[in-house]
Amino acid sequence: MARALAAGETTSVELTRAALAATELVDGAVHAYLHVDAEGALAAAAESDARRAAGTPASALDGVPIAVKDVLTTTGLPTTCGSKILEGWIPPYDATVVARLKAAGLPILGKTNMDEFAMGSSTEHSAYGPTHNPWDLERIPGGSGGGSAAAVASFQAPLALGTDTGGSIRQPGAVTGTVGVKPTYGGVSRYGLVAMANSLDQVGPVTRTVLDAALLHEIIGGHDPLDSTSVDQPLPPLVEAARQGATGDLSGLKVGVITELSGEGYQSGVLARFNESVDLLVAAGAEVVEVSCPNFVHALATYYLVMPCEASSNLAKFDAMRYGLRVLPEGVESPSAEEVMRATRDAGFGDEVKRRIILGTYALSSGYYDAYYGTAQRVRTLISQDFAAAFEQVDVLVSPTSPTTAFKLGEKLDDPLAMYLNDLATIPANLAGVPGISVPSGLAEEDGLPTGFQVLAPALADDRLYRVGAALEAALEAIWGGPLLDKAPTLEGAAR
Amino acid sequence: MSAAEKLVPLDDVLAAFDPALGLEVHVELNTATKMFCGCPTEFGAEPNTQVCPTCLGLPGAMPAVNRVAVESAMRIGLALHCEIAEWCRFARKNYFYPDMPKNFQTSQYDEPIAFEGWMDVEVDGETFRVEIERAHMEEDTGKSLHVGGSTGRIHGADYSLVDYNRAGIPLIEIVTKPITGMGEKAPAVARAYVQQLRELIVALGVSEARMDQGNLRADVNLSLAPKGSEVLGTRTETKNVNSFRSVERAVRYEMQRHAGILQAGGSILQETRHWHEDTGVTTSGREKSDADDYRYFPEPDLVPVAPSREWVEELRATLPENPTQKRARLQTAWGFTDLEMRDTVGAGAFGLVEETVAAGCTPQAARKWWLGEMARRANDSGADITDLGVSPLDVARVQALVDEGSLNDKLARQVFDGLLAGEGSPDEVVAARGLAIVSDEGALGAAVDNAIAANPDVAQKIRDGKVAAAGALIGAVMKEMRGQADAGRVRELIVEKLA
Repeated sequence: MARALAAGETTSVELTRAALAATELVDGAVHAYLHVDAEGALAAAAESDARRAAGTPASALDGVPIAVKDVLTTTGLPTTCGSKILEGWIPPYDATVVARLKAAGLPILGKTNMDEFAMGSSTEHSAYGPTHNPWDLERIPGGSGGGSAAAVASFQAPLALGTDTGGSIRQPGAVTGTVGVKPTYGGVSRYGLVAMANSLDQVGPVTRTVLDAALLHEIIGGHDPLDSTSVDQPLPPLVEAARQGATGDLSGLKVGVITELSGEGYQSGVLARFNESVDLLVAAGAEVVEVSCPNFVHALATYYLVMPCEASSNLAKFDAMRYGLRVLPEGVESPSAEEVMRATRDAGFGDEVKRRIILGTYALSSGYYDAYYGTAQRVRTLISQDFAAAFEQVDVLVSPTSPTTAFKLGEKLDDPLAMYLNDLATIPANLAGVPGISVPSGLAEEDGLPTGFQVLAPALADDRLYRVGAALEAALEAIWGGPLLDKAPTLEGAAR
Repeated sequence: MSAAEKLVPLDDVLAAFDPALGLEVHVELNTATKMFCGCPTEFGAEPNTQVCPTCLGLPGAMPAVNRVAVESAMRIGLALHCEIAEWCRFARKNYFYPDMPKNFQTSQYDEPIAFEGWMDVEVDGETFRVEIERAHMEEDTGKSLHVGGSTGRIHGADYSLVDYNRAGIPLIEIVTKPITGMGEKAPAVARAYVQQLRELIVALGVSEARMDQGNLRADVNLSLAPKGSEVLGTRTETKNVNSFRSVERAVRYEMQRHAGILQAGGSILQETRHWHEDTGVTTSGREKSDADDYRYFPEPDLVPVAPSREWVEELRATLPENPTQKRARLQTAWGFTDLEMRDTVGAGAFGLVEETVAAGCTPQAARKWWLGEMARRANDSGADITDLGVSPLDVARVQALVDEGSLNDKLARQVFDGLLAGEGSPDEVVAARGLAIVSDEGALGAAVDNAIAANPDVAQKIRDGKVAAAGALIGAVMKEMRGQADAGRVRELIVEKLA
């Protein structure tokens, strides 16, 4: 699209109109968006066209419209985090990544649906109803960024932003056939990202192609003085790496297949597609070895201690005092601040959020801190050491992104532990702060649904993700005769 | 007041118990911007005008540490002889309060920036070493205003307003280890510690340290142990005591109250208490039991603070002289007695005297002017002695004019009148008011002649050798000269003429 814009074959207004038209047609069925800002997007598109006409585009993606996960603050547009407690809240400031999108000239189409406060692996925990997977509307689009992935997969947006705390960009990417990137922790500013778990959260691209992701990553990435955990170094050359990878040459690259993430518990069709992809990397000249990361088996348990601890503290600010929902308790004459807070939270938070607040509060309380949070932090260090040792042997690590294809809506709602298993392969990267990408790797034969191929690289070496991802994408598209998304069923009434 | 809160006379307290004291002093730093954001910190602005997403704790906003605040914290730590951490972190202290934007306070917990220090405190010539456990950084909270109701407290109020201008202002909390072995001097030690700490903070220039504006707030922990016991008793924490005098009174009150409860066979409840300035009593705040769990954990949004050793040494090398040592050094240099020194310090004139002496004045003369003349005028007008409009340079100049015989003390006071009235420099006031001593021999001689003529009896006495009687003639001359005569020269002339 950027190329078509640059060549004058289309305009930003046309692209934006097309995306909005698709939303009009299909979002009743998909429910990728929580808020659509047609007016704002078209106004930004018109400005973009004016810049193009004057020969002064603001960036390579100037004019390409984008959808933004509703966990990022946007001035003038509601930010609800998929929760009732923030219903109608319009932030007075833009997240740094949103400000960078605006500065780069990308019209913002709207805010996408998500699991409440990014807690979930299926986008069924949104207080505003679930998002449906465009490949099969009966199925989940992944979570928590199901809205962003579904918007891209159903051609309602060429680009989207997601956030990835335990896999919320990569896992939805895998089950919707889109590209999802979790950058190095600190590689993209978190300022304006409503935190679930601050030490794990990362903003990243959700796109149709690896190159698109690289272009978007270069726009949103880089140091931000407002986020003291952001890395004060220039980004590696991501777009260049993607272009180089697309030539299909991976000679000299050492790839490690993670033993612990490529066997038991994985759906057979997912594993089959994964193994084929590995073969393609070998064909491209990469050397493949098996690498063991023994502590990864503890990653899920570690994650489900660290994350709720941080989340329980982050969510304390929703107390009905300053913004968002305020519910007065019934039958109380003049309620105390505590009573109002209790009634508001009871009504405003969903079950999954309450579950994690309670877990985190318990794990942090005195007497349990060392046993839970302290131990989790020590295991986290071990997982980082696993990565460090692995990256001494290989340049990148690979695994299937998600152990299964998209499951049916409602299937795992009553079994949180089964739900949590979906992030098995993605969580280690968040615990260690290393970057990861999920690239579509084909359809599982048993259900015809998309599977994802995950590539992990050392911290700050995000360029390797793009090199390997683009090479795999090129090899697979040559086999498929085009992008995987072309195989997605056409939704009723929808235009491509 | 319940029967259990009967106060025991202080002497009886000391006969049975040993007091232990712990002080937590919060110092609001005078940085231009807040601890974790770029908002200004000016005092007294319109409510909620100095706020941003970060200090309001809006969803998504993130903190970033103020380097100047870290530097101030290290300077305080170094001045208190503390170790400076090579690596420290912020933690979240989780609790709920309406004026706390995030419902957690970003503070330091087990990894403070400064620890293990001390300060020597002097009380009546006796020195007590107060050991400092830690000095850590944190952010202040907002301020609640309860409207309606008669007490200004939340109970009975119609509604409450919150001003977040103060939220996020950098605070340093300085915590002592338990101070024991003070006996009857416990209240005085508490006061002297806070006073000396304030002096130190002011000397460092890191805070205005005004207790009346809440820049410096003290929490007083007190416990009593049976005399001779090694084990500390149960303590109470009296919050936000906001004057030196109140610190002393609060300690004394709690000693007497604790003793009353203990002697009646009761036990002390570990709790926070409120100090009431007007009535001089403490009342129960919230009970501080084991249920109080702040669920501390390291703040994930902030990278650790790791000050380089070069930075620490640079700060150590540029520390101002410790005020206590400086006072001792200058007392010797000035030759002041202990009492003179105490008065000088007590009147808030120590720095003024120092600067006046630096401008060339003798210490005694400087002291005389500031403590006699200026302190009285400040007292009369209710102004602060530093805000009178008379500078140390002015005082030194006036004294120089006295020394060279151009002014006497009486005229000097008139010069000060002029200075206070804003009539310009001392020389300008002298010129404008025509205050210089007349040393013209002709004019003086004539006035002396007139005085002799007008007082023949007195003149005769002097001729008879009763020189002491000259005073009366001098008075007459001074009266004629409107005080502007050199009294010494007048005396000489009288004696010469009547020899």
